[in-house]
Amino acid sequence: MKTLITAFVALTTLGLAGTVQAFCGFYVARADTSLYNEASQVVLVRDGKRTVITMANDFEGDVEDFAMVIPVPTFIERGQINVADRAIIEHLDAYTSPRLVEYFDPDPCHRVLYERQDMNSGIPATAVVEDAAKSARSRGVTIEASYAVGEYDILILSAEQSDGLIAWLNENGYRIPDGAEKVVGSYLKQDMRFFVAKVNLEAQAKSGFSYLRPIQVAYESSKFMLPIRLGTLNARAEQELYVYALTRTGRVETTNYRTVKLPSNVEVPVFVKDEFADFYRNMFERQTAANGNRAVFLEYAWDMAWCDPCAADPLSADELRKLGVFWVGNSDGSKLRPQPAQDVFVTRLHVRYDRQHFPEDLVFQETGDRQNFQGRYIVRHPFAGRASCDISDYEQSVRERQNREAEQLANLTGWDVDGIRAKIDFAGEAPESEEPWWKRLWN
Amino acid sequence: MKRRSTFPSGDPRYYQIGVLSSLLCYGIFILEFGVQWQHAVAVVSTALTVQWLAGRAHGLAGFDPLSPLITALSLTLLLRTDSIVLAATAAALAIGGKFLIRVGGKHVFNPANFALVTLMFASDRAWLSSGQWGNTTLLAFGFACLGLLVLNRARRAETTLAFLGVFGLLLFTRALWLGDPASIPLHQLQSGALLLFSFFMISDPKTTPNAAGGRLLFGALVACTAFFIQFVLHQPHGPIIALIFSSPFVPLIDRVASGKRYAWRNPKPRSYESGNATLNKGSLP
Repeated sequence: MKTLITAFVALTTLGLAGTVQAFCGFYVARADTSLYNEASQVVLVRDGKRTVITMANDFEGDVEDFAMVIPVPTFIERGQINVADRAIIEHLDAYTSPRLVEYFDPDPCHRVLYERQDMNSGIPATAVVEDAAKSARSRGVTIEASYAVGEYDILILSAEQSDGLIAWLNENGYRIPDGAEKVVGSYLKQDMRFFVAKVNLEAQAKSGFSYLRPIQVAYESSKFMLPIRLGTLNARAEQELYVYALTRTGRVETTNYRTVKLPSNVEVPVFVKDEFADFYRNMFERQTAANGNRAVFLEYAWDMAWCDPCAADPLSADELRKLGVFWVGNSDGSKLRPQPAQDVFVTRLHVRYDRQHFPEDLVFQETGDRQNFQGRYIVRHPFAGRASCDISDYEQSVRERQNREAEQLANLTGWDVDGIRAKIDFAGEAPESEEPWWKRLWN
Repeated sequence: MKRRSTFPSGDPRYYQIGVLSSLLCYGIFILEFGVQWQHAVAVVSTALTVQWLAGRAHGLAGFDPLSPLITALSLTLLLRTDSIVLAATAAALAIGGKFLIRVGGKHVFNPANFALVTLMFASDRAWLSSGQWGNTTLLAFGFACLGLLVLNRARRAETTLAFLGVFGLLLFTRALWLGDPASIPLHQLQSGALLLFSFFMISDPKTTPNAAGGRLLFGALVACTAFFIQFVLHQPHGPIIALIFSSPFVPLIDRVASGKRYAWRNPKPRSYESGNATLNKGSLP
């Protein structure tokens, strides 16, 4: 009778696993976008010299105070600017987030293998280069164009001299951080324009959005870079930046900083499921420090046509087009059709930067690497059912595994290993003699 | 025609092989930049095989594994691809190019450089990772020391010094003009990839001009071209691409500035020492 019941349970779980996989998005743990509330998210679509950049920020405050000053490599016409739907970036965030995967040990008395996979967690984001705002009149500054796009008033500025531009920005109420003059001067000499966006309160009220939508700019330039230097002038020491690159050939990496894969496929104790956000934050912090605060981290690299396990569905052709993936055709609207290969490779990079460790702008290249990578962490639940045989060997192996997981977690996050052990529900008896008595004698 | 039983200890290539192998281990085990051992095996064995075959076709009596080994190590360090076939192709191109593209008895292109650039342009499955070494002062210092060790052994440091000197000067001049802080050119100079290139690729005594003055000129030429590629055209891997465009000028520079052609070993007559080692005597690769 017992055998039958167990078999039934196993089948049900298998069925569930199938559903979850097909459904492709089952959140067990979520480190949501409040994780870093000063983060910026940038989507970079790039093929050849054509670039579409989408900048999202989680600006919270009086929109009147919001302004964004971004160096852009070319003159920008009205048609090259757009406002995007924030939900698409949230979707991209969810799709590419580091994920927690959950497995259940089978009944050790019946070697039927079943598992359940799922998970995820979104990690968050905000402002690249942002400064401050308002207006009056100019001096040596050319307002090359001014546009109203969505809830934004946008100016394209060029200037002969950086001091003229700085003075103009100051006069217009843009709060420019100290030291900006040199950086602005450097960009001007590199023939870059300044894209200044502030919120048009009337248009914003009409739009009905309670938040600011991401701004998109399409341009053509041989420069495949992201200007971060103005961001490093801000008072806050460190900036958090996520870059999602959507390309055709393969993974994107930085050429002037090291791109490092975030540790992945690591088994961690079950309780991490409830503390995934904390786990991720601590791990990221530790990895950043371990790489001298100079690395850019790869969190996801995948062909957009699929995922495994999926933290969220892949983006539809429509969504991709809205993000500026110009080589993807418009979909015919039938959502039920299986996703064809979309010829889009997504790279998610996460960087924490400051002026000291990231003195120059991020320069990227597209590589031919199409190998899939994902930040993936695994929890394995010990068998919790009633065993029909002697499982002391199994329990012993689980305890060893749990000890291993505790050490791995301590390594990844820097958490105290005793604290971790205290939270683990060790299988079978208490693991008193797991560790030789002398191991922690002197440390 | 008897094979020497011991290798001359003065051959700088031993140092070079030692250093490149250490860097490879550092890259694989510390930086973890994803070199697959199968690729390394494919590259090394292809390079040695092609050297052996081409040597026989050219009627070389012996087989000198040192130069192809150095080329293979350089390729393993620099070339990134997920295809083992491309990795082996790179090795075949490098060594094959050395035998086929020759002017005045000297091969024109640095073998590894030739293969890297050819594959990079011909295939979108092969790439270079300039950022893979990161930028740390300590690493830069280590690179420089190890590189100088090899260069001192080869007694041909002019190309490297001229290249680094001029490239550094250009970077600092640019920063000065832009009003950028010195941390920017310093960061650019501390790139592991740049130093690897300076000390282990452009320094190759076989594909640089024979005269010291010529080498200075050549180093400066590569530096200017690299700067142009990186900061005017905004393309990555400036130095590596610059080297391939500058290499055809070496025969010209050699005509103008004559000097003694480099021999890996002491220029006392060696009966045969195949491969690059025989270059001091004549026209063999």
